[in-house]
Amino acid sequence: MGRIVLDKVEKSFGDVKVIPPLDLEIEDGEFVVFVGPSGCGKSTLLRLIAGLEDVTGGTIRIDGEDATSVPPARRGLAMVFQSYALYPHMTVRKNISFPLRMAKLDKAEQDRRVEQAAAVLNLTDYLDRRPGQLSGGQRQRVAIGRAIVREPAAFLFDEPLSNLDAALRVGMRLEISELHKRLETTMIYVTHDQVEAMTMADKIVVLQAGRIEQVGSPLELYRSPRNRFVAGFIGSPKMNFLEGPEAEKLDAQTIGIRPEHIAPSPDKGAWKGRVGVSEHLGSDTFFHVHMEGYADPITVRSGGEVDMHHGDTIYLTPDAGHIYRFDSQGLRIA
Amino acid sequence: MAPAVFLLLVWMLVPLTMTLYFSFKRYLPLRGGDLGWVGFDNYIRFVTSSSFWPSVQTTLVIVGGVLVVTVVLGVLLALLLDQPMWGQGVVRILVIAPFFVMPTVSALVWKNMFMDPVNGLFAHLWKFFGLAPLEWLSQASLLSIILIVSWQWLPFATLILLTAIQSLDSEQLEAAEMDGAAPLSRFGHIILPHLSQAITIVILIQTIFLLSIFAEIFVTTQGSFGTRTLTYLIFQRVLESQNVGLGSAGGVYAIILANIVALFLMRIVGKNLDS
Repeated sequence: MGRIVLDKVEKSFGDVKVIPPLDLEIEDGEFVVFVGPSGCGKSTLLRLIAGLEDVTGGTIRIDGEDATSVPPARRGLAMVFQSYALYPHMTVRKNISFPLRMAKLDKAEQDRRVEQAAAVLNLTDYLDRRPGQLSGGQRQRVAIGRAIVREPAAFLFDEPLSNLDAALRVGMRLEISELHKRLETTMIYVTHDQVEAMTMADKIVVLQAGRIEQVGSPLELYRSPRNRFVAGFIGSPKMNFLEGPEAEKLDAQTIGIRPEHIAPSPDKGAWKGRVGVSEHLGSDTFFHVHMEGYADPITVRSGGEVDMHHGDTIYLTPDAGHIYRFDSQGLRIA
Repeated sequence: MAPAVFLLLVWMLVPLTMTLYFSFKRYLPLRGGDLGWVGFDNYIRFVTSSSFWPSVQTTLVIVGGVLVVTVVLGVLLALLLDQPMWGQGVVRILVIAPFFVMPTVSALVWKNMFMDPVNGLFAHLWKFFGLAPLEWLSQASLLSIILIVSWQWLPFATLILLTAIQSLDSEQLEAAEMDGAAPLSRFGHIILPHLSQAITIVILIQTIFLLSIFAEIFVTTQGSFGTRTLTYLIFQRVLESQNVGLGSAGGVYAIILANIVALFLMRIVGKNLDS
């Protein structure tokens, strides 16, 4: 069980309002990702749910019960920290069993749960090592193991993959997703990486300056962003934004079009430009196209083996059905 | 030879050799001077003297007592000073202040201003509660010395332990809090193990210096009332009895004792330095 409801939760540090009153519902078993640029308050929000910070106002309910002033240990939540926060003087076994020892579970049950968690996380061979003797990925798994054995109502992850190298990050992403499928426990995951958000989440919460910009499934956010911020944040490479005559033609302050919704051509098209930097990824090629009258280059996706080079003239045709229009406040015009 | 090595040799080897040299001689500066070689006579006389074993015991009691007081209070003070508070900078400087006072001065201040049975602050305090003032330096002489020396060394211990506490990753404490550890278990399971290295360093460094405390005894009890440490006994043999040979033999014993203690300490706590 792990249904978490935030009702008008707010947080200030002194005079600085970090999170203005905010409502959010997290259903049991959901994988929710809080995503936003650094400093947007996503970690603070997670710490409020964990109980490591006290709310300035509003209530937090976990499984229907008011948990606003319940100490962190009794909220039934387990957290995986960015630095893993393993206890360096304890073996892996002692680290994982620490919450169980604190809860004074009997020895046999402790051993059973530790063995089980170690088996799930491929840590059985490392149980008698210390954290200092493990690689980054293994430490990460120990931290997850310490969370699993508590059998919590929900898991909280605070940017858990940011200390891993790129290849390991992809692997751990899959492992965490698989873990979620197997345990079917609520997971709240904080990251600044929209790729992690898109690939792992059932529900993404996009935050900016403490405010929730939009809540929805990855594809909902991708297909129908509510405003310019969400449109620019979700999707990789980023959506292109155009102002000026092209936008005015469509009665908008700004129009946005994703790189994958523009068709490039060497000889004909709606817009004319010049190829700047081109990034060849093998499967795809991204051209940065400079257009007359626009300061920022437009990113265009093309197939893997297109023969166009720096300085060539290129014609672009946007897919009319995928042009997003935004008003002067940045809100999307439906 | 490198200048550093040369300096080190002069600094350490010359006094050591001289001590060894005199320890095998009968040398009484005011009663005939150098009276020739006597073999191990001085060594036998020094250990068979009735004051030898009591002085070893006194030394160990003082060192042990000061270590316990400074480490325990040091950890507590460091924990307190780590809390955010108003005037943190000033408070920290005040805590370190005793370390800047010379041992002779601080011992005199303690003797005359606090422990004096007539005019001392403690005497007034005792009288305020209707008790007979304690004659600290004669009735509780060892305790008094331990108190004075602890006061001097507490800042050192606190400072080292405070920097160690500050280096503790706060996420570890938060993780322990979420794992259900109460404040006391967090102290026992996270903070204390984290401090073990710093405590080891405090114990090792303090022991080296505490084995040779002298000024505090010289200006207070002059070695009477059971406060004669090995160092003080050697001083008495050389200067009060004017027997350089006997005192030198005692000096060699002191070196051996210091090494034995250091060896034990390394065995007991040294393993903490490995990890």
